[in-house]
Amino acid sequence: MDSITYADATGALSSMWLLVAIPAVSAAVLLLLGKRADKWGHWLGVAAVLAAFGLAVTYFFQLKGLDNRSAALNLFEFIHIGGLEVNVGLLFDPLTAVFVLLITGVGFLIHVYAVGYMSHDPGRRRFFAYFNLFVAAMLLLVLGDNYVMLYAGWEGVGLASYLLISFWYERPAAATAGKKAFLINRVGDVGFALAIFLMFATFGTTDYAKVFNGVLESEAGQTVSAGVLLALGLLLLLGACGKSGQFPLQTWLPDAMEGPTPVSALIHAATMVTAGVYMIARSATIFNANETAQTVVVSIGALTLLIGCIIGCAKDGIKRVLAYSTVSQIGYMFLAVGLGGGAYALGIIHLLAHGFFKAGLFLGAGSVMHGMKDQEDIRRYGGLWKHMKITWATFGLGWLAIIGMFPFSGFFTKDPIILSAFNREGWTGWLYGGAALLGAGLTAFYMTRLFVLTFHGKPRWEMEKHGDHHADGDEAHHAGIKQTADGRDIQHPHESPLIMTIPLIVLALGSVFAGYLMSTSVVDWLTPVLGDAPEEHGRLSHGTVTVLTLGVVVIGAAIAFLLFRNGTELVERPARTHIVRAARNNLYADRFNELVFELPGRLLTRALVWVDNRGVDGIVNGLAAAFGGGSGRLRRLQTGYVRTYALSILSGAVLVVAALLAVRLG
Amino acid sequence: MSSTSFPFLPVLVALPLVGAIATAFIPKTKPQLAKVVALAISVVVLGITVAAVIAFDTNGDRLQLAESYKWIPQWGLRFSFAVDGIALVMVALSALLVPIVILASWKDADDDGSGGRRNVPTFFALMLALEATMIGVFAASDVLLFYIFFEVMLVPMYFLIGSYGGPRRQYAAVKFFLYSLVGGMLMLAAVIGLWVTAKNGLGHATFDWQEIVNLAKNGGIPGDLQKWLFLGFFAAFAIKAPFFPFHTWLPDAGGAAPAGAAALLVGVLDKVGTYGILRYCLPIFPEASKYFATLAIVLSLVGVLYGALLAVGQTDLKRLVAYTSISHFGFIGIGIFAFSSQAVTGSVLYMVNHGLATGLLFIVVGFLVRRRGSQSISDFGGAGKLMPLMAGVFLIAGLASLALPGTSPFVSEFLVLIGTFSVNKTVAILAALGMVLAAAYILWMFQRTMQGTLNPALKDVAPMKKDLSVREKVVVAPLIVLIIALGVYPKPVLDMIEPAVKATIQDVGKSDPVPTAADGAQK
Repeated sequence: MDSITYADATGALSSMWLLVAIPAVSAAVLLLLGKRADKWGHWLGVAAVLAAFGLAVTYFFQLKGLDNRSAALNLFEFIHIGGLEVNVGLLFDPLTAVFVLLITGVGFLIHVYAVGYMSHDPGRRRFFAYFNLFVAAMLLLVLGDNYVMLYAGWEGVGLASYLLISFWYERPAAATAGKKAFLINRVGDVGFALAIFLMFATFGTTDYAKVFNGVLESEAGQTVSAGVLLALGLLLLLGACGKSGQFPLQTWLPDAMEGPTPVSALIHAATMVTAGVYMIARSATIFNANETAQTVVVSIGALTLLIGCIIGCAKDGIKRVLAYSTVSQIGYMFLAVGLGGGAYALGIIHLLAHGFFKAGLFLGAGSVMHGMKDQEDIRRYGGLWKHMKITWATFGLGWLAIIGMFPFSGFFTKDPIILSAFNREGWTGWLYGGAALLGAGLTAFYMTRLFVLTFHGKPRWEMEKHGDHHADGDEAHHAGIKQTADGRDIQHPHESPLIMTIPLIVLALGSVFAGYLMSTSVVDWLTPVLGDAPEEHGRLSHGTVTVLTLGVVVIGAAIAFLLFRNGTELVERPARTHIVRAARNNLYADRFNELVFELPGRLLTRALVWVDNRGVDGIVNGLAAAFGGGSGRLRRLQTGYVRTYALSILSGAVLVVAALLAVRLG
Repeated sequence: MSSTSFPFLPVLVALPLVGAIATAFIPKTKPQLAKVVALAISVVVLGITVAAVIAFDTNGDRLQLAESYKWIPQWGLRFSFAVDGIALVMVALSALLVPIVILASWKDADDDGSGGRRNVPTFFALMLALEATMIGVFAASDVLLFYIFFEVMLVPMYFLIGSYGGPRRQYAAVKFFLYSLVGGMLMLAAVIGLWVTAKNGLGHATFDWQEIVNLAKNGGIPGDLQKWLFLGFFAAFAIKAPFFPFHTWLPDAGGAAPAGAAALLVGVLDKVGTYGILRYCLPIFPEASKYFATLAIVLSLVGVLYGALLAVGQTDLKRLVAYTSISHFGFIGIGIFAFSSQAVTGSVLYMVNHGLATGLLFIVVGFLVRRRGSQSISDFGGAGKLMPLMAGVFLIAGLASLALPGTSPFVSEFLVLIGTFSVNKTVAILAALGMVLAAAYILWMFQRTMQGTLNPALKDVAPMKKDLSVREKVVVAPLIVLIIALGVYPKPVLDMIEPAVKATIQDVGKSDPVPTAADGAQK
């Protein structure tokens, strides 16, 4: 590969800092004005993102006209100490462009949706402030032209995520989930930070271009050991795993569903959690330079996609299932970018397509919950298609897209990933390809379960006024829901207002068409950044893989349909097999963290507090007492002697100084 | 050393001292007058400091704004003031924090019916006296003068803790005093030893910093002696900073001191320890500094993790903040002894930023404690519902404390770690774990005080329903603005610090490591 250079930004692109500045200023205004902005604050938030989207489109077309397909803008010097030079600099290239369009485009739709979704919430202005803050940080993340800016955006979106997960902070579960997300992300962030330190120690820079060229030169001249490149890759990967909810740092993502649903859609499905994929794709040069690092990425992706699927099958909360499906779909993206070569672009188009259909699914889930008094349990849905037709239709399209049914989005993006996995050299191709294929079947199963239980079959909830009479004959309906007349379970399902359904429709269109439209155009568009896709001569032909994939998808969906078309129990029955028990317990990942990190940490902390109070302090006090001839004297000192002593020092010092001054002046 | 047109530094020391005396003589019956006078004087001091910062030429000599007056010629003792970039930013930090703290403590000395004999004018006089000594200790360019300020500084703080502090104030004040006194005595011995050495080496008696540094540069202080003298200074500084295991006085003092005094104690006073190491230990005892670097780094590293773990385990708000500072001082120590330009610059910047962030944290905690009448974390809970603005400011202070990008402490922590990593990977990796722990102690503290269901007991506490007052907003606003401004654009401060740091590293005889790729290419 030739050395990497970025052209200076010219024309409209030299104003690209506005992308970050506009939402940031809007967030600041919303926070500083406080209640004064309550009436119109949400519209300011929407307008800021719309403006950013407009700019993004302008920049996109300008970039398209450039030969070099890159525009770098150096704003000001951030840090320059010794050999370390970090600038606040932005870079707009094809990879950034697609992310900026996704973030502002889908972001705008979700902002609009949130105007309706949050309309009854007294904290709506604060919500939009945080939402804008997120957009600003996310845009900085993808626009930065060096790893420090990436890191700044990285932690910035982490902050926004924390604020929004614990948005309803008076709910202990939300506060805990926010903290958990931040903490687990910090573990990843430490990895990322160490990667930056290692870059500096190795290449003396943190700029993308210089680091990548350093890696390329080192490959030619053997100046950097393979171990360093491997370490660099793995540390970056640790950061990516934290942000993207990949094994072993996946446990925070499902808990993040404590936040309002638009947050789940924008941050914890469409954009922020895909930052890890962005980082790996951006660092393609580094990962390409070390095969072991790539293998680890692929393995993490394959493992996580299965973990997500398995747990997704066992969950009953509509948002929880979607959260695990996000974990699983990002697993596919990791798998793709780990495969390297032409698969980088496949990971990115799956990411973009996922951004559409998963955002649509989440917003659809929010629309369902909006009409069901915030009930989240799919065991207590059923037959809702009659009551919310738009939500049903758009959710259905999203469902077909995510399971990879022809000719919907997911088909065009997931299918090639499975193909690439099979075509990896050696026996591992069978392993990763098999995992990806199995995942496709499982995805079809649990997503169909979710869809059928929510929208089809008989209602497992009761209508408000005349609900009591309907349910009598049906066995499944007696689990006591009708008694809870204080408002939670007796339902009056209804479609959401237009301001929520229009974004659903737009995203559904994306779920249908985005995959096909992007499958060649975006891949070509990304070539300048990610390199050409080499000719693949695999062990399996595209046709074979397509048939196989569609086969398992249909089987998975059919099994789910047959099992759940008549609904299910209202409450979960005790698990009979270990796998179900494990899946319901998130494969014991939380238990593991608790036992291995939390509990020892708590014990260590307690022990240290004890030691510090008794031990360290005790020894010093003991010594002091020994010198002073017993603790009694120390205590006497406390009652006034030292006070006198201090006073005498002060007056002594003053006297001496005064005397000396007098001598000098005289 | 040329004399500038305006004697900035002596004025900066003398003015608050005169102000302190004047304030002390204001009768007890006119507390308001004392407050206004103290505030006015501290604001004037801040204004003069700003002028001094402007007068300082970042590309000029190492020591600037020098003023020197004869004192005791027989001993070679002079009233010498001069600052390098490091000292100047510390002077500026002191001058900035004092008026803010005075305003924040506006009502803290008022008789609340429980404290007994509280004298308002004395309280504010002590604040000004403290300011004079703080500025003096940073501005001194004479070793003995530095020592005198170092010791006298104890006195106003002792009274601030002992007379105006919380329940365990007597115990805490005495502990603070004894610890500092022990360190001070060791330093005094070393100062005298240094004086004797300088006299033998130079042929005339002097305490002048520059002369002694020049002597050290020419090898005038033999190796073994360096080690002993270094230890004398280092012990005093390690206690003052404080480094593990000399830290146990800080949680007691920080927990018992009135919040404003605690902000100054941790924000500025403790920095004298790390400042002293940079300004005295490194240039004067370069060989010993390198010899003891491993020890100092290990102590600092233990401090980073130990302080953070203990902060996680605290049940008292002020003690918690004090323990976080022990962790932060560990970072500063690591950076100093890594001897790379990024790490040392980062450490100096860390001193400034920590003063801003932890100062803000202590001040907000002070607001909370004063409203609630308790420092215990479990007495809060869900308070964000009652005071959203307070919660927001508290969170900003916390996020700054955990070094979030966009806040100024990020820049310093990043510099310390990146500079340390290129020298010693293991230390940097272990210290980086402190980043996770910082998130744990800050967010857990925030959750237990501000989030979750409202603690029912708070409903009966009327002050808890009052969000930030105008005075309190004026107090926190400049700190927040600075934290964010320096987080986005740290260059002005870095430019001021870097030349002095470079000179210091040269004194030690160290240089930055070359990137390994370039190194490999040469081979």
